[in-house]
Amino acid sequence: MTGWLRVRLFPGPVNGVVSVLLLAAIVWAMAPVVDWAFISADWFGTTRADCSGAGACWVFVTARIGQFLYGFYPETERWRVDVAALCLALGLAPLFMARAMRGPGLVFGLAFGALVLCGMLLIGGAFGLPYVPTRRWGGLMLTLVVAVVGIAASFPLGILLALGRRSRLPVLRGLCVAFIELWRGVPLITVLFMASVMLPLFLPGGAEMDKLLRALIGVSLFAAAYMAEVVRGGLQAIPVGQYEAASALGLGYWRSHALVILPQALRHVVPGIVNTIIGLFKDTTLVLVIGLFDLLGMVQAALTDPNWLGYSLEGYVFAGVMFWAFCFSMSRLSLRFERRPGVGQEDTA
Amino acid sequence: MSDASIPAIVMEGVIRRFGAFTALDGVDLTVAQGERIVVCGPSGSGKSTLVRCINGLERHDEGTIAVNGVQLDGLPRTMQRIRRDVGMVFQQFNLFPHMTVLENLCLAPVKVAGVPSAEAESRARTLLARVRIPEQADKYPSSLSGGQQQRVAIARALCMEPRIMLFDEPTSALDPEMIGEVLDVIVELAGDGMTMICVTHEMGLARAMADRVVFLDAGRIVEQAPPERFFSAPESERTRQFLARILRH
Repeated sequence: MTGWLRVRLFPGPVNGVVSVLLLAAIVWAMAPVVDWAFISADWFGTTRADCSGAGACWVFVTARIGQFLYGFYPETERWRVDVAALCLALGLAPLFMARAMRGPGLVFGLAFGALVLCGMLLIGGAFGLPYVPTRRWGGLMLTLVVAVVGIAASFPLGILLALGRRSRLPVLRGLCVAFIELWRGVPLITVLFMASVMLPLFLPGGAEMDKLLRALIGVSLFAAAYMAEVVRGGLQAIPVGQYEAASALGLGYWRSHALVILPQALRHVVPGIVNTIIGLFKDTTLVLVIGLFDLLGMVQAALTDPNWLGYSLEGYVFAGVMFWAFCFSMSRLSLRFERRPGVGQEDTA
Repeated sequence: MSDASIPAIVMEGVIRRFGAFTALDGVDLTVAQGERIVVCGPSGSGKSTLVRCINGLERHDEGTIAVNGVQLDGLPRTMQRIRRDVGMVFQQFNLFPHMTVLENLCLAPVKVAGVPSAEAESRARTLLARVRIPEQADKYPSSLSGGQQQRVAIARALCMEPRIMLFDEPTSALDPEMIGEVLDVIVELAGDGMTMICVTHEMGLARAMADRVVFLDAGRIVEQAPPERFFSAPESERTRQFLARILRH
C-alpha cells in the first residue's frame, strides 16, 4: 500500500504537489455532500417534523420505503415479492458461476424455471395464494419485473433476429431487417403509447389485455431490435474458417451456431450486451407514461403528497442511487463472462 | 457403401465459377479407395476449390461429384452424411479457440456421431498421442505453437473416423521449423490405408506418400502421374515450367 502510494501519487516533487492539491480539492468538494447526506441527515421517524432540516431528510424515504419497493402490492402479501426475489437470485446465480457454462442447457433451464416460479408467486391465484392484479404492482418490484422480463425475452429474440438478418434466405432476412429497423427507428415512449392506446383499438371488442403485459411486450421487442444488432456485430467478428471447420465436422446450422459460433460471438460483445441491458433497465422508467408506477414513478407520486412537499432532492437521490446500484452490479457481474479463458487471451488453466 | 469396388471420389466435368473467374474448368478425377493423391499447381489454379468441392464447402456449378457412391446434391442431409465420412484439415487450422484441445476433438464425435463422451475422450487421447502431443489435451489452442495446432486439427478430423481425409495446404501457414513435424504426421497417416487428398507445395511430401500427383493449372488437370514419373519425366511443358520454378532451390 505504501509502495503503491509512493509510486502512483508521489513519484516526484511536482507530481506530489499535484496529488496533494487534487486530494484537497476532492475533500473540499465532497465535504458538504457527505455532511448533507450522512452527518447532518435525519434517518428515522414518521412525519416531516422528525427532520431537523440541517441535512437530508431520509425520513421521507424510510417512512415510505414499503411503497417504493412494492408499490400498491397488498401489505400482507409482500413476503411473496421477497421470496420471488430470492428465488430469482438463486435461479440466476449459476449463470455467473465460473464453470457453469459447461452445461448451458441445465443452467438456462434453471433460470427459466426460476422466472416462471417468480411469475406464479407474484400473480398468485393458485396454490392458495390470493390473486394480486398487476395494477397493484409498483415501485422497485415493477422496475425489476419489466427489466428482467425484457432482458429474458429480448436476449434470445435478439439472437434469432441477428441470425435471421445474416440468413441466406432472402424472405427471412428481409423480415428480420424490417423488424429491426422498424423498432429501432421508433422512440420507446411511442412504442409504449402504441401498446397502451392503439393496441386495444385493434383487438376485437371486449378483449382486454393486461396493461403491464402490453408494456412488457413493447419493451421486449424494442430491446430485441437493439440486442440483435449487438449480436450481429459479434457474429461478424467470427472468422469464416470457424464456420467451415464446424461444417466440415458435420455440424449442421443450429449446432454450429450453438456450439461454435455463438459462444465466441457473444463473448466478443459482452460490453455491448451489457450496454443494451443497462439501457433497457433505465428505460423501464418510461412505463410511467402509460400509468404504471415503477420505482421512479412511485417516488414522484410521493413527492406530490402535501405532507411531504419539498423533499424532491431526497426522493430523486434515493431513486438515482437505487438505479445506479443495480446498473453497476450488472456491469461488475458481466466481467465474469469476459474473463473466462479461451477467447482472445492466454490459457489461465 | 463400404464396397471397395466403389471409388472413394468420382468427379466428372466439375466446373466452379466465381463471377467472371472460372476456378475449376471441367475437372474429371477418380480416386480409388485407399488411394493417396497430392494436388499441386500454381496459386489460383483451383487446388483449394477442388478439395473444398469434395466435402461441399464450395458448391460446384456444373458436373457431378460422388463420394463413396453418394451424389453431392447440395441438400443439407446429404452434405451431413458425406461430411461424416470426410475429414478436412485447413491451412489456418481453424481450431475452436473457446474450447480446450480435448473439447475440440470430442465435439463432433459426441454431438454428430453420438459417441458416448467417455469413449470419445479415450479416442481423442489416443489420437493426441499419435500426433505426439498427448500432454496438451487440456490446454487452449491459443497456447500452442502453429505446428502443434495443426496436429490438433489433424487429430480432430481423425476423431470422426473418416474414410477420406482432405488436406488444404496444411503446412502453408507454418513457420519453416514446424513444417517437418506436421509432414511426419501426415506421412505416418498415409501408411494407414485411408484415402487422402492433399493440396501442398511440399514436393517432398508428394514423393514420400503419394500414389499419384495431380497437377492443376487454370482450373484444369494438366497432368497426373505417379510421383517418380511426375518429377523425372513430366509430359507437359506447363508442368516442366512449374517444377523448374518450385524445385530450383
